Amino acid sequence: MGQVKSLADLRKIKEELQGKMSLREKSNNPESLVQVKVAMATCGIASGAKQVMDFFIEEFDKRNIQAVVTQTGCMGYCFAEPTVEVTLPGKEPVVFGYVDTRKADDIIEKYVKNGELVEGIIPVNYETIEKK
Amino acid sequence: MAKYKMHVLVCGGTGCHASESDTLLDNLKTIVADKGLDNEVQVIATGCFGFCEKGPIVKIMPDNTFYTQVSPADAREIVEEHLIKGRKVNRLLYVDPENKEHISDSKHMGFYKKQLRIALRNCGFIDPENIDEYISRDGYEALAKCLTEMTPQQVIEEMKKSGLRGRGGGGFSTGLKWEITSKSVSDIKYVVCNADEGDPGAFMDRSILEGDPHSVIEAMAICGYCIGASYGLVYIRAEYPLAIDRLKTAINQAREYGLLGNDILGTGFAFDIELRYGAGAFVCGEETALIHSMEGLRGEPTVKPPFPSVSGYYEKPTNVNNVETFANVPVIINKGADWFASIGTEKSKGTKVFALAGKINNVGLIEVPMGTTLREVIYEIGGGIKDGKKFKAVQTGGPSGGCLTEKHLDTPIDYDNLLASGSMMGSGGMIVMDEDDCMVSMAKFYLDFTVEESCGKCSPCRIGNKRLYEILDKITQGKGTRDDIDSLRNLSYVIKDTALCGLGQTSPNPVLSTIDNFWDEYIEHVTDKKCRSGQCKALLQYYIDPENCVGCTACARNCPVNAISGERKGIHVIDQATCIKCGACLEKCKFNAVFIK
Repeated sequence: MGQVKSLADLRKIKEELQGKMSLREKSNNPESLVQVKVAMATCGIASGAKQVMDFFIEEFDKRNIQAVVTQTGCMGYCFAEPTVEVTLPGKEPVVFGYVDTRKADDIIEKYVKNGELVEGIIPVNYETIEKK
Repeated sequence: MAKYKMHVLVCGGTGCHASESDTLLDNLKTIVADKGLDNEVQVIATGCFGFCEKGPIVKIMPDNTFYTQVSPADAREIVEEHLIKGRKVNRLLYVDPENKEHISDSKHMGFYKKQLRIALRNCGFIDPENIDEYISRDGYEALAKCLTEMTPQQVIEEMKKSGLRGRGGGGFSTGLKWEITSKSVSDIKYVVCNADEGDPGAFMDRSILEGDPHSVIEAMAICGYCIGASYGLVYIRAEYPLAIDRLKTAINQAREYGLLGNDILGTGFAFDIELRYGAGAFVCGEETALIHSMEGLRGEPTVKPPFPSVSGYYEKPTNVNNVETFANVPVIINKGADWFASIGTEKSKGTKVFALAGKINNVGLIEVPMGTTLREVIYEIGGGIKDGKKFKAVQTGGPSGGCLTEKHLDTPIDYDNLLASGSMMGSGGMIVMDEDDCMVSMAKFYLDFTVEESCGKCSPCRIGNKRLYEILDKITQGKGTRDDIDSLRNLSYVIKDTALCGLGQTSPNPVLSTIDNFWDEYIEHVTDKKCRSGQCKALLQYYIDPENCVGCTACARNCPVNAISGERKGIHVIDQATCIKCGACLEKCKFNAVFIK
């Protein structure tokens, strides 16, 4: 890269890098952002979780939504893979099943943007030990 | 550009480096590449995370997983389990010392909860060898703002308003120092960064230079702009090779970007930085000695005034600030003096970095707002005393500081409170002691250090400290008297009043503060000839318990001076006059019959 000749140049470099660093910046305060966890165990990957995860990452970026996308282990709903858990700031997590890229698009548009529920929600049928 | 989904941050500080974090980094990179993940996972070496106790540290973003004590062999499991399958590697997670629970998220660790990181903002977060990562964290924006939007006087006013005081020990107002230097009239002026960190147990300057060298470079350039200097010099100890390496890399990158050199950011301002190496003498942290050392002379202090701000490096006006002080500057410019002044106590603003060491669970580097209490630092961040022992004292300010005890635990830490309690801020070393530490030996240890490090120029320091050491030694040998304690006190005051520089003037502090706070222990040493913590070997006596002795003769056979007598299968006795207290009998006895009193 060439010389930085002005404040504008400096800001330009910064903007170019923002995407690269935002992953680290965001993960310092995940509670205030939309968190998406994609189940990426063997069953998930086999049914296309990887594409779904890539889709989420790219689309959040394109649609300018501040979100943290992480992968997680098998959620246990192997019948409904790929499964995705979405946590909106200040809300309880919601798990969606059978998520392909079309469904992912629905989730972003309807649930993430408007809080509107989308088909395919898997009701919580277990308790975690942390709560006990 | 590859779009990374995950960042793996590996600590590249000296501590972790020594525990093979570089091999770990290589392994992670190779395995990630082997699995074809190098477009998705970025593996980065960062500066110190501060949690040196449990290094090497690996932090995985975005899920904030904090792995501790990771060895190069763990790389495969991290990649295969965590990066590919999303399952955290439980055995590498931090275990809370109190409730034994695994904590995966660094936000929930006691060590980080109470901290506020300003000077260390980028340490453990960015790759110190990549200027772009620094720029993406508002790097060099403060310099640009100063050069294009502010006059030098405005910057100085902002610094004064922020209330930032020198972090090297003295606590002089940084803004005021800049103002004085800016008012000195000269064709050439210098900005010097004091990176000669000599306190036993302090390593904050090294960690900042290793983890975020650009913040220091940027601040030096800002200072140069304010005082009208075009030359910056970093005086750094040659024992800090990693810091020197990173600093050199950073200076070269800044030059390439035109952020150092001529016509910075098209404003016509010229500034460049060079390194000067010190041989690692404690006295060279004192600014006049430091300047002499840079000039190629012996590192000896001279009487102030003239202050370096008026006549310093080659008799030109020189502004000397310490590394941590500089690291605060860009943030103050970016976020404003009011923001900075809102943190801390009335007369001490901002945060302070402390190097926690000694008998504490979480040894490491921490940064807390001024006004945090010692109790919070030691028990909440530091995780309490090791092995459930009892807290005895904490030594702050290194050899120039004093000991604080139980009654000081709730004192808010700031420059003035520490001075009032008989210690000082110093550069921020904090050594915690438990019931097994002998305070007389502790004072002796620091005096030993000062005697070694004294430049010898003035007699109070050269001769006085040596005598102090000898008296302390006499007391620990069990040959001391009450009069010796009085001599210690008197001599200490004379040295404090007459020594030439800060080193000598503060060297008796450990003696005085231990006498004040641990009077009983001194008395025990001189009158009862006892050392309650069992540290002073000469005051111990070895005995054999007749109840437990089976007469195996193991002790007698191993005694190097034949001080133990007794028949085979009979009870053995140690002759106290002959015993040299080597402890061989204690070690050899299989029946717990030997004990110390």
